[in-house]
Amino acid sequence: MAEQHAHAAEHDDHDHKPHGWRRWVYATNHKDIGTMYLIFACTMFFIGGAMAMVIRLELFKPGMQFVDPQFFNSMTTMHALMMIFGAVMPAWTGLANWMIPLQVGAPDMALPRLNNFSFWILPFAFTLLLSSLFVPGGAPAGGWTMYPPLVLQNGASFPMLIFSIHLMGASSILGAINVVVTIMNLRAPGMTLLRMPLFVWTWLITAYLLIAVMPVLAGAVTMLLTDHFFGTTFFTAAGGGDPVMFQHIFWFFGHPEVYILILPAFGIVSEIIPTFSRKPLFGYEAMVYATASIAFLSFIVWAHHMFTVGMPLAAQLFFMLSTMLIAIPTGVKVFNWTTTMFRGSLTFEPPMLFAIAFLFLFSIGGFSGLMLAIVPADYQYQDTYFVVAHFHYVLVPGAIFGIMAGVYYWLPKWVGNMYDQTLAKWHFWLSTIFVNVLFFPQHFLGLAGMPRRIPDYAVQFTDWNMVSSIGGFGFGLAQLLFPYLIWKCVKSGERVVGNKAWEGAHGLEWELPSPAPYHSWGTPPSETMIARGAAH
Amino acid sequence: MTDFKRANLSMTWKLLAIALGAFGFGFALVPLYNVLCSVTGYGDQTKLLQRVKAIEHPDPSRTVTIEFLADVASSGGWDFRPVVRTIEVHPGQIYSAEFIAHNLTGHASTAQAVPNIAPSMVAAYFHKTECFCFSPQHFALNEERKMPVRFIVDPALPKHVDRITLAYTFYDESSRVSSAR
Repeated sequence: MAEQHAHAAEHDDHDHKPHGWRRWVYATNHKDIGTMYLIFACTMFFIGGAMAMVIRLELFKPGMQFVDPQFFNSMTTMHALMMIFGAVMPAWTGLANWMIPLQVGAPDMALPRLNNFSFWILPFAFTLLLSSLFVPGGAPAGGWTMYPPLVLQNGASFPMLIFSIHLMGASSILGAINVVVTIMNLRAPGMTLLRMPLFVWTWLITAYLLIAVMPVLAGAVTMLLTDHFFGTTFFTAAGGGDPVMFQHIFWFFGHPEVYILILPAFGIVSEIIPTFSRKPLFGYEAMVYATASIAFLSFIVWAHHMFTVGMPLAAQLFFMLSTMLIAIPTGVKVFNWTTTMFRGSLTFEPPMLFAIAFLFLFSIGGFSGLMLAIVPADYQYQDTYFVVAHFHYVLVPGAIFGIMAGVYYWLPKWVGNMYDQTLAKWHFWLSTIFVNVLFFPQHFLGLAGMPRRIPDYAVQFTDWNMVSSIGGFGFGLAQLLFPYLIWKCVKSGERVVGNKAWEGAHGLEWELPSPAPYHSWGTPPSETMIARGAAH
Repeated sequence: MTDFKRANLSMTWKLLAIALGAFGFGFALVPLYNVLCSVTGYGDQTKLLQRVKAIEHPDPSRTVTIEFLADVASSGGWDFRPVVRTIEVHPGQIYSAEFIAHNLTGHASTAQAVPNIAPSMVAAYFHKTECFCFSPQHFALNEERKMPVRFIVDPALPKHVDRITLAYTFYDESSRVSSAR
């Protein structure tokens, strides 16, 4: 490592890097790998988005218009898999790769070759998954939750689904290990745990969640595989198994997974709101402990996803109350973000706009989550569009807006150019308006009894479905601005003067020149820099 | 190898071990699930079997009268009646009774019997192990058929009960369509 430090320092000025395809295929630089992750995630976001467009197109009117029901079910299943495992998770890993070494004062990720490996697994995993669209029987159509026995009836795509899940799992476990080792071992001297930026903190906790639950998912799908091909009967009643057990194992993974998708967004928002409020974050330590509490609670609430399968009253009460308990640390966070803005000198640049929208709209998703936690109410909401509205509120204006806020916040640091802020505000307003037109009516549809995952519906649901579809098309089109903005910023953005792209920004990444040099923190940051960055 | 690299490697191995442990934990959930079920008694087959065994203890000292009633939902079209009106039973012993249905609708038809037990609080102590009411019954034109029901009265039946009525209402396809309308 000492040699590497020297090597890095020697080349700091002229950014020595390999050229051509070797730079990417053999990549070990955290910035290159981060960029690849982000481009990959963006690509998957648009493929998964195209699938959502097929869904909204078919649901625009009652009756069967464009696709057959089997393909429709493939679209809902694949949309979920692409967005969760292809778009959101790789986007977070990409941001972690880019930002964590910069923010803790490390020269690179701790395990650069493992980093390369965990990225390059992904294109293979998703090629495998997407190619299942072309096999006999079509792509997986039994829902992303893969409940047996339905998932076992899916023909040739079944093993492809299982192996692609194995690959995605391996990739995210390795990525998470890399993050933990980097944060624990590579922090600059003086960067104590409670001086770390919140994005680093939330990612550290996320990484532990990933290491703990992704293998459980791998185990669950392995059991499906052996049930199907090797005669085991984990989930087959005929052999003494129980299909409900799959749901327990799956959601033991599944609930921490939803926090894996959202916790890094909490971190990003916790950095953006202080920057544009020009105030230190209110209650930094409370934020850290709240994140840790949410992560802990996520392990003991899983059965609220499956109240209707039947379970003892005591279990229903336990899972209901433990779920509601999560509202407390989440409430602490929302309170702290709001209080940070209180009496701040606020300005509304694109990252701040996305962060504020996150705060409002994620809270709406949180409230509908509380409604779903109530057992007797859940019996009505189960498997309706109300659930669809709930998790899209926490994932689209939650996780996705968090990612976009992060990209708009750090993009000037990455490329050294400022993007077109007016166009970015257009992107924000179109996204925010259409995302509500898209998902808010789905609450009404769900309460009125429209089931999810169906290609056709009773005529009384027509109006709100049309509104929702219009919102969907609008949201989808608005997202095309995003890659265009980035491309334009890289090609012809205005040069950022000085280290800070934003007046109120704090943190080690803003102590580096813009664009961040290819090899950064070859010499660790000074104590003053760290103290200045950790101004909380 | 520097200390630095060694620290990274040892931590990597530890984290990989945690991941491997978590993979194993996924499988360990299978027996844990069964343990939890047996502790809470939920969905427990052995307990159910024990309960069945407890019920199957004939008590010849006690006699309960069972009355059979039969009724047809839509007027006409069916002749539906029990073979015997009443029988005397001992709790804890399995008995069998038969009902006769005759299709007079003038065409082949499917019908289903819906049971009702009176007094209703006794329903929990009246176990049908087999019944023609469990599934729809198909009848050819003019077909007449005897249909069995097997039952056992729980020895835990409250002491004051000495008479139970088992009543069936017979619904055929035409009554189902008319109720849907």
